[in-house]
Amino acid sequence: MTDTTPDHVPAQRAAGMPPLHKALFAALLVLLIVLPFVVYPIFAMKVMCFALFAAAFNLLLGFGGLLSFGHAAYFGGASYVAAHAAKVWGFTPELAVLTGTAAAALLGLGIGALAIRRQGIYFAMVTLAFAQMFYFFALQAEFTGGEDGIQAVPRGDLFGAISLHDNMALYFFVLAITFGGILFLYRIVHSPFGQILKAIRENEPRAISLGYSVNRYKLIVFTLSATFAGLAGATKSLVFQLASLTDVHWSMSGEVVLMTLLGGMGTVFGPLVGATVIVTLQNYLATFGAWVTIIQGVIFVLGVLLFREGIVGVLSRWLKRPL
Amino acid sequence: MFELLGIPPQVLLGQLLLGLINGSFYAVLSLGLAVIFGLLNIINFSHGAQYMMGAFVAWMLLAYLGIGYWWALIASPLIVGATGLLLERFALSRLYKLDHLYGLLLTFGVALIIQGLFRNYYGISGQPYQIPDLLSGGQNLGFMYLPNYRAWVVVASVIACLGTWFMIEKTRLGAYLRAATENPVLVGAFGINVPRMIMLTYAFGVALAGFAGVLAAPIYSVNPNMGADLIIVVFAVVVIGGMGSILGAIVTGYGLGLIEGLTRVFYPEGSAVVIFVIMAIVLMIKPEGLFGRAN
Amino acid sequence: MMKTILMGSAALAAMTGGALAQDTIEVTLGVLNDRSGVYADLSGEGSVVAARMAVEDFNAEEKGLDVEILSADHQNKPDIGANIARQWYDQEGVDAILDVPTSSVALAVAEISSQMGGILIDSGAGTTELTRGQCQPTTIHWTYDTAALATGTGKAITEAGGDKWFFLTADYAFGHSLEDETSKVVQENGGEVVGTVRHPFPATDFSSFLLQAQGSGANVIGLANAGGDTVNAIKQASEFGITQGGQSLAALLMFVTDVHALGTDVAQGLQLTEAFYWDQNDGTREWSERFEERHGAKPTMVHAGVYSGTMQYLRAVEAVGSTDALEVAAKMKEMPFDDPLFGKGYVRGDGRVIHDMYLFEVKSPDQTQGEWDLYDQKAVISGEEAFLPMIEECDFTKTAG
Repeated sequence: MTDTTPDHVPAQRAAGMPPLHKALFAALLVLLIVLPFVVYPIFAMKVMCFALFAAAFNLLLGFGGLLSFGHAAYFGGASYVAAHAAKVWGFTPELAVLTGTAAAALLGLGIGALAIRRQGIYFAMVTLAFAQMFYFFALQAEFTGGEDGIQAVPRGDLFGAISLHDNMALYFFVLAITFGGILFLYRIVHSPFGQILKAIRENEPRAISLGYSVNRYKLIVFTLSATFAGLAGATKSLVFQLASLTDVHWSMSGEVVLMTLLGGMGTVFGPLVGATVIVTLQNYLATFGAWVTIIQGVIFVLGVLLFREGIVGVLSRWLKRPL
Repeated sequence: MFELLGIPPQVLLGQLLLGLINGSFYAVLSLGLAVIFGLLNIINFSHGAQYMMGAFVAWMLLAYLGIGYWWALIASPLIVGATGLLLERFALSRLYKLDHLYGLLLTFGVALIIQGLFRNYYGISGQPYQIPDLLSGGQNLGFMYLPNYRAWVVVASVIACLGTWFMIEKTRLGAYLRAATENPVLVGAFGINVPRMIMLTYAFGVALAGFAGVLAAPIYSVNPNMGADLIIVVFAVVVIGGMGSILGAIVTGYGLGLIEGLTRVFYPEGSAVVIFVIMAIVLMIKPEGLFGRAN
Repeated sequence: MMKTILMGSAALAAMTGGALAQDTIEVTLGVLNDRSGVYADLSGEGSVVAARMAVEDFNAEEKGLDVEILSADHQNKPDIGANIARQWYDQEGVDAILDVPTSSVALAVAEISSQMGGILIDSGAGTTELTRGQCQPTTIHWTYDTAALATGTGKAITEAGGDKWFFLTADYAFGHSLEDETSKVVQENGGEVVGTVRHPFPATDFSSFLLQAQGSGANVIGLANAGGDTVNAIKQASEFGITQGGQSLAALLMFVTDVHALGTDVAQGLQLTEAFYWDQNDGTREWSERFEERHGAKPTMVHAGVYSGTMQYLRAVEAVGSTDALEVAAKMKEMPFDDPLFGKGYVRGDGRVIHDMYLFEVKSPDQTQGEWDLYDQKAVISGEEAFLPMIEECDFTKTAG
């Protein structure tokens, strides 16, 4: 645990990104560039959005040690705002996404400021309570269109110039956002800030005694996590051209927990793998009807009993390297 | 005549009574959750699914074996409790040394499986289940018509709650249980089979959910989703009452039923969210819950 | 590519005057609905069965149509539904999507279908938006909508003396529009609305709302909700003696599967509007019997709508000689139909299918013979009266594409 103390931080930082991670990110990028020519681009975009969502969630759970049970509020809230901005205010896609993300950031800041005063299960419950209130708001508010959602959101022209109506153009737009977002999250985790987070997670009283203002760090990480969850949600609303209650329902908050744990919480690549597996399952099992939920349930149970470290966690143990 | 915000008092009285009836379900369900959490440190997310199973088993007993309501009231909780026994023995018991989170996730998965299976076999529309003859009809109380069955729900839930409270807080068995959660090794050294006791406790908590399910069967639609949304609400009740506090769960269960009943009169749209507002406020002011012990 | 070749050859065949020399047209239909959630029983696998029966009854193979049917579960989530729809059009060569209950999903799929050269023949969704605010040239809305239900039930009951209404409304867009439309009909027919209570969606306990309705002085309680909410409300109304107290219940959206689940002793006397009931005439009985053999339950109006819609779609494809969405949709609007399930009807310019609706009353337990013998037919509401008039901008036969 010595490497979590702040005075070791500069040394770690100087090391930069380990070569293994560099290679993996490079391989991932290549894979993502080739991907739309192999699988259905919309499906690939959905996977990317959820990967970013799970990565943002993982920042909070895996690195901040805080289990939020209300992340759907930021994901779905941003998707509503982005959809509204693009459709009603006529914003260009990048501005719509930014507006949605900013809304999620504000929401995260507000809820986070209250939630971080509590710990463990109580923290989770506070976030759940606020997410339920937000769901209620989304159901009641005029602009969200109730259970019809906001439909036929225009994809628009990027910077007012490049049309995103073509799936491929949109794909690379989404790729840039999500890949950029994931890299940014990686940077955060491996910055001095990330190291302090780790210290707080491992031993909060000690971090306090070292003079860190723990609550401020927690609030920042909460807000960051909400912001990136929002970025993912806002992007998703452009991909599917709709925003709906599904994205703010508590089961969405549960789903992102599932993705993160299945992939391996606290790992860099875990959330990406978890999101991919879950979205793929939902997509390809759609023809099996009720079996989708049963299979998801079985994954939960087996995951908890046999692979608590998650897929990437197990791999990382085999390879004896952090992934 | 005296009126409160334009609502005549007899209407208000009726609504409070109905709130109390709903509170009965919350109380029995949250009691089960609280027993399990207090003694096992497991957040039992499959509680809603087990409540649904209770109702379904009652229906199955009637449809396949011709066993009526009164026997089902005993048999169904036993059967549901037995499934809990297996679940504890083969899955949950492996998680006690870990974070709460894992128990929650495991039971969440179990809930998905149970609900999915019932949906596959029985569809979604639900199954009819009649009110037993003995309790059909109702009383005119002047301010409202009270169906006999609803009155029975309150009576049955109060009996179940008081019985459980008495057993855990006042009997020797309860004392062992409480001791075992504080220090299992020590209690084990006294020759008490702690793992078996914990297994039975879980089964008991689950059986309470099944019992609530049988109580609900004649008045709500018996369908695979009946517990899916309820779990979140009941969960909130337990948190407000104070996690693991038996008395807290019971009192909060009835209390929130009453508050929800009032909301239904003054702001019906908000009646689904009021519990979460209260939960947020309580957690902000008194995080250990209304009846919880601060750690 | 394939399609243009096929289209060319079909056109050629048509020109040489030969139904004889016709090449096969490949048609792929996708039944997209709820297979695991609240609408699984009233749509679900039954709709796939209905579509298959239509293909068989149409003798598609003999007529040179090679029909394939896909199916998927949209889980009532618009993003999942939208994703499946896009993928079907892009990759599986789907020509038409059928059923699609749940308004949010239906609206998303309608938009995608029009963008991607497909047709949506909707049977399961109730929103009037499909043929109004968000109308598309390639949307056909077959079975019912909230307006038709409101007219059917609202008018008949008000005329029969139920002139003081209290609404129990599910607090979401669907419930609101059902309530608004019914209120309008009630008022037009000389009735009045004495109160409304909006309950959260979904809700399990209705006793408190029912009590408010009971004290309101209304003689009709209109249930502007659906599925499990309606079932629970009716069950509890019977428990609280609402109907014995002289108030009657009107379910504004209810399917035969819901009534079946409730049982006649609870649901008796309930009035509701549907587009189809299995026991209406020899045609419906014969078809429903075949359906029951394959599916294990009687069909709902949604199943019937999928059958009938598929039938008309195949007729139009045969007539056009291709699966071009705009041409087929236009053809469907030109060809009135007379089928055993819906009787005479036609597809209006906005895609709204105009057919008769029926007001039913649930039988009492001593009247019924058999578990599915549930309704007495009370009134026929002609299609023109039941559905809302067309709005100009949505008349695609005039604006032509």
